[in-house]
Amino acid sequence: MIHTTVGNIGHLFVLISFVTALVATYAYLKAALGQDDLSANQDWKRLARGAFYLHGIAIVGIVGALFYIVANHYYEYHYAWSYSSRSLPAEYIISSFWHGQEGSFLLWLFWNAVLGVILINTNKRWEAPMMTIFALVQAFLASMILGVVFGGSIKIGSSPFLLLRDAMPDAPIFTTNPNYVPEDGKGMNPLLQNYWMVIHPPTLFLGYATTLIPFAYCLAGLWRNEPKEWMRPALPWALFSAMVLGVGILMGGYWAYETLNFGGYWNWDPVENSVLVPWIVLVAAIHTMLIAKKSSAGLKSAIILSVATFILILYSTFLTRSGILGNSSVHSFTDLGLSGQLLIYMLAFVFLAGGLMVAKWKLIPSDAEETSVYSKEFWLFIGATVLCLASFQVLATTSIPVYNKIMESFGVVSNLAMPADQIAHYNKFQTWFFALVAVLTGVGQYIWWKKSGKGNWNALITTAMVTLFISGALIAFGQITKPAYMALLTTAVFAVVANGTILWGIIRGNYRLSGGAVTHIGVGLMLIGVLFSSGYSKVVSMNNTGLMISNSEDYTKNDNKENKENVILWLGQPQKMSGYMLTYRGQRIEIRDVPGYVPRNWVTTIDGDFHGIALRDIELNGKVYHKKGDTLALHPENTYYEVEYREPSGKIFSLYPRAQINEQMGNGGILPSPDIQRMLGKDLYTYVNSVPDPNSEGSWSPTETYRIAPKDTFFVNDYVAIFDNVVQTREVEGTQLGPNDAAVKAVIRILDKEREYVLTPAFIIRDRMVGRKAETSEELGLRLQLNEIDPQTGLFTFAANTTQRDYIVMKAMEKPLINLLWLGTLVLVVGFSMAAFRRYREFIKMRDKEAAPVVARKASAAPPKAISRQ
Amino acid sequence: MKKSHILAIIVIAIAIGIIVSTAGDASSYVSFNQAAELAQGGEADAVHVVGKLTKDTQGQITNMVYQPQVDPNHFEFTLVDNENRTQKVVYNAPKPQDFDRSEQVVVIGTMQGDHFKADKILLKCPSKYQENKLETKEYEAKTAKL
Repeated sequence: MIHTTVGNIGHLFVLISFVTALVATYAYLKAALGQDDLSANQDWKRLARGAFYLHGIAIVGIVGALFYIVANHYYEYHYAWSYSSRSLPAEYIISSFWHGQEGSFLLWLFWNAVLGVILINTNKRWEAPMMTIFALVQAFLASMILGVVFGGSIKIGSSPFLLLRDAMPDAPIFTTNPNYVPEDGKGMNPLLQNYWMVIHPPTLFLGYATTLIPFAYCLAGLWRNEPKEWMRPALPWALFSAMVLGVGILMGGYWAYETLNFGGYWNWDPVENSVLVPWIVLVAAIHTMLIAKKSSAGLKSAIILSVATFILILYSTFLTRSGILGNSSVHSFTDLGLSGQLLIYMLAFVFLAGGLMVAKWKLIPSDAEETSVYSKEFWLFIGATVLCLASFQVLATTSIPVYNKIMESFGVVSNLAMPADQIAHYNKFQTWFFALVAVLTGVGQYIWWKKSGKGNWNALITTAMVTLFISGALIAFGQITKPAYMALLTTAVFAVVANGTILWGIIRGNYRLSGGAVTHIGVGLMLIGVLFSSGYSKVVSMNNTGLMISNSEDYTKNDNKENKENVILWLGQPQKMSGYMLTYRGQRIEIRDVPGYVPRNWVTTIDGDFHGIALRDIELNGKVYHKKGDTLALHPENTYYEVEYREPSGKIFSLYPRAQINEQMGNGGILPSPDIQRMLGKDLYTYVNSVPDPNSEGSWSPTETYRIAPKDTFFVNDYVAIFDNVVQTREVEGTQLGPNDAAVKAVIRILDKEREYVLTPAFIIRDRMVGRKAETSEELGLRLQLNEIDPQTGLFTFAANTTQRDYIVMKAMEKPLINLLWLGTLVLVVGFSMAAFRRYREFIKMRDKEAAPVVARKASAAPPKAISRQ
Repeated sequence: MKKSHILAIIVIAIAIGIIVSTAGDASSYVSFNQAAELAQGGEADAVHVVGKLTKDTQGQITNMVYQPQVDPNHFEFTLVDNENRTQKVVYNAPKPQDFDRSEQVVVIGTMQGDHFKADKILLKCPSKYQENKLETKEYEAKTAKL
């Protein structure tokens, strides 16, 4: 049965949210324009507020309806069918919500609505003009999920409540049975079934949403001819936004580090870059806001950068969702046909903000005298400039596909491609830019706190000496030879030392003021962590087996050395590598209610289902979890490869890199994910690069027979084998021998490179019937069976079959000091939070002071929430 | 001259430097013939070539060599570019797992003698769920370096 009601309700909510956003925009616009006529103004405001609240309720309604559809497995809906399935664990039902583009727009809408309600209640003075911008943004966003078609060709938005039959009208099943409802959904891309993917998107979109606040305040300020005053309420939000957006970006990086196999947390992928750029610009905007009161250049740039941050967020949305990155990015969304709409969204705000800035530019006062080189205004401005140049460089390269598109629209064929070595391209600039940023964080803080200034550089010189001492030791100890790395390391250490000194100085006075110093220490630590973990990532899995059986030029050339970074590990055969002894122990699978991993051959999987059957008792550490024959819930798409590491000290640990059969990345593609051994000083990062297809059962070669006598030597599957002798036995696995039965075992030694295997196929005479018990060695990929014993000639006949030996091709890397990056991130978050909190207190104090007479007049008005919290 | 002017000049100079350097680093999409000409002209910069894999009538990829037993870091295949030139490509890394399913391949690297040495491969795989849509995946032979 097709449940149309919930979808219709959901779609109705979408329409309501769009209309109420438009109403709120218009009403707030009237309220903002009609300053003089107070009573009419209040009416408009009341209407606008009501519309915005209704808008918020409608969005909650959309979220509720969509959640109801996904949670109840209504696969007649395209969204539920595309992104969820019955096998999806409960926690990921939530994340299937923002798996699709419509859902992520919804998430953005939701955060904006929440923020809008908070702002209405905390800042009445700026409400009308600022909320005009807010509501307009909401109208644009709501239009993205509108799903309305005009005249059969013009489509506005893509609704999350589309029925499957409407989404795919050409599917043959719907012509025969229009009421067809799929039994199960396609499920979520297993790569995204990761706890980071539950929290990364909401965090990132909260970051997106909060960039609107400084933008809206800025436009409101220009509109009301108060080009400076908007910054006090905007600054705490800008700091909060920088914190959330930064955390969101790094969560994405951490997910990539844990889940993808490019070997790091940052790949300079266009999608990553496109959100890094607005973040850096936002940080620059914050710095200029701090100096805008005294410096005209600072004020101008605070306005430009606050606007630019939001526009760049829209640009990022456009890049990732329009399909324009198609060729250049690994993980851009596919085009939903919204590119035109997204372009209009972006351009509308470009022109709106640009026009307003041009019209009001003359309001900005110019400085009476030129800024002194010894002032904080000068140094913060330089810092913001460097940050802007750094982001400009990233933006210039990331936009290459856009240049091609623009040229194309002028009829010129452009074949410009991304730099072949993107990482080197970006790093060659960014290393220096960030070295400069690190220096400026230290110098800027000294001047800010007046520890240094004209004719007083002693304090800074002491810090510089300490820095040189520490970084000199690190350079010598870490054997750092590249000038760029030396520069980055020295400056990053300087950032930590200088800001640490400042922090020590102010924390004893008023710790609340130390947000800046703390944040900068975080930046310094992150830079050191990035430098070591990426710059000095060491490949552990150098192929040193000497097995380079190829005389082509490629193998003889020196520069190929760096490509020999993968080793092959045969099942059960230890191999030495960079001090570790590695052994591949076999394939493992994860049972949902059993901790850890169990050998894959303990269970059999059912095709097209996530259940399997236990082939033996599942017992781990003395506890029996399942009996033989039980049905188990598995993660059948994941196969783990147990790699045992033995350290020189004899300590043993195992890593379980994963290969995932990922239906959503194409038919049966296999995606490797690493496993990471986390140590204090470094991470050991391991992933499989190539494995025999885990889906294909090993097929056996045609039987070869050998007629041989004891003590004979023969070759089987390229191994030397020695038939030692035949022994009588009473023990044959899987067979009960009666008193009149007899059994013999042939003892065959097989010599491998480093060790010897013994196979003992058995020959049984039971109730006058001949039985044969073959023995299989997975390590050798060999099955031997004793077929015949000829008492006359004394010859034995063996049947041998061979199969592909199980192996993995893997790569392992050490990532030194990566924990400094994560630690630095935490410190950064703490610093931003402290600063945001401090600036918010200042805003509240100032607001209450200004509003005091007004509040006295309207004593009955309920105090805003934020005050009661104070 | 005022300090702000000096600063503005420096910023503009750096910005121009960035643009020029980006233009210099930017690679381009070429054919194998052009790639060969570039290599003969002594050009060492990597280029992008778009091509299709050679397949037999059953849709199996032909002329593909990957023997991890012999060398896990050597993978060889044949690509036909848009000008129908057939070219051997060597990739010094393991064979990408979903290579067999890919329709279109972008190789990034340089021509070296009789073969094209790819540093990076971008695969375009048919998406199971979206008709006429190809998904892009990226593979790289080198280690990421700062």
